[in-house]
Amino acid sequence: MTGNALPNEPGLERRAAMRILLEGRGELLLVTGLGSTSWDAAACGDDARNFYLWGGMGAAAMTGLGLALARPERPVLVVTGDGEILMGLGALATIGVERPPNLAVAVFDNGHYGETGMQKSHTAGGVALAGVARACGIGRVFDICEETALAEFAKAAVRCEGPLFARVAIRAEEPPRVLPPRDGAYLKTRFRRALGVESEG
Amino acid sequence: MIGEDWRDEIFAALKRGEIRQIGYVPDAGHSRLIDLCRADPEIRAVGLTSEEEGVALAAGAWLGGQRPALLMQSSGVGNCINMLGMIKACRFPLLMLVTMRGEWAEFNPWQVPMGSKTAAALELMDVLVYRVERAEDAAETVAAALDIAFNGSLATAVLLSQRLIGAKRWVK
Repeated sequence: MTGNALPNEPGLERRAAMRILLEGRGELLLVTGLGSTSWDAAACGDDARNFYLWGGMGAAAMTGLGLALARPERPVLVVTGDGEILMGLGALATIGVERPPNLAVAVFDNGHYGETGMQKSHTAGGVALAGVARACGIGRVFDICEETALAEFAKAAVRCEGPLFARVAIRAEEPPRVLPPRDGAYLKTRFRRALGVESEG
Repeated sequence: MIGEDWRDEIFAALKRGEIRQIGYVPDAGHSRLIDLCRADPEIRAVGLTSEEEGVALAAGAWLGGQRPALLMQSSGVGNCINMLGMIKACRFPLLMLVTMRGEWAEFNPWQVPMGSKTAAALELMDVLVYRVERAEDAAETVAAALDIAFNGSLATAVLLSQRLIGAKRWVK
């Protein structure tokens, strides 16, 4: 399978893809990037172990890295979009150097900025994110356009066989928005309580 | 034998404050502190490609229950501004230690625009700014900024003046 979210590339339906990533999540901690991946996660059911970024575009992968280093016993999955990861590509280099086994990054790549009117992103212009991840030294890199491979990636993530990176081809479509809570302090405290690292006082 | 100087004292303050993750961009003024952090088995020191990565790293560390700190040069503060919005929106605690350029006897005029606005830029984003001019104040100021950050879920920055850093560098 090749392709960079080009117009004719087959792709997964994004909500179905998120369900596959989360259906056997076990102890998995989830960080989603600004935009559609947060709505996708909320559509699968809000959970205290989800941290949705409503800002800080480009921050998702590094937030996942800090979390993975702090909790080496827990699998951490970052799911974000092509536009979001492109804004912080240096994070892939940093992850490639740090190599946490419990961190997996999945990029839903539709080649477009869905939140701003479906303008094309650089992946539609030929930038291959899987190639970037490989070049950054991330151990196992998946380039995914069908559900079986995505399920295999999800299992490897839960088993902490990382660092893992998956570029997931999805269709450029906008399912109805399902919005998670957007009070950042609430999301942070709720997440820390779910992990048992926040006192109730 | 390693002599005790203000950098060692800052490191001791970070240890007493239970800092467990350090994000840094290589910097001459912080080089000794970076080496000390990298050598410490209790601290994970993460080299960054850009300072803004560190703000997100710190957020993730805190989500996971660890105390983070960031080491950067004044120019790097400019790279962090949008990410500091996330810190404020979520009330993440944050401790930034910033070595100053572009002020005392600066050789490179390109450092001056960001260096002369570092404190103002941080304060615009509601980061509490403390400045250290004298070596004897360094560790105490870092400890105070650390306490405020983690007791109150606030963002703090300690600016280590170029006069302080430079004065030390010339005698080596």
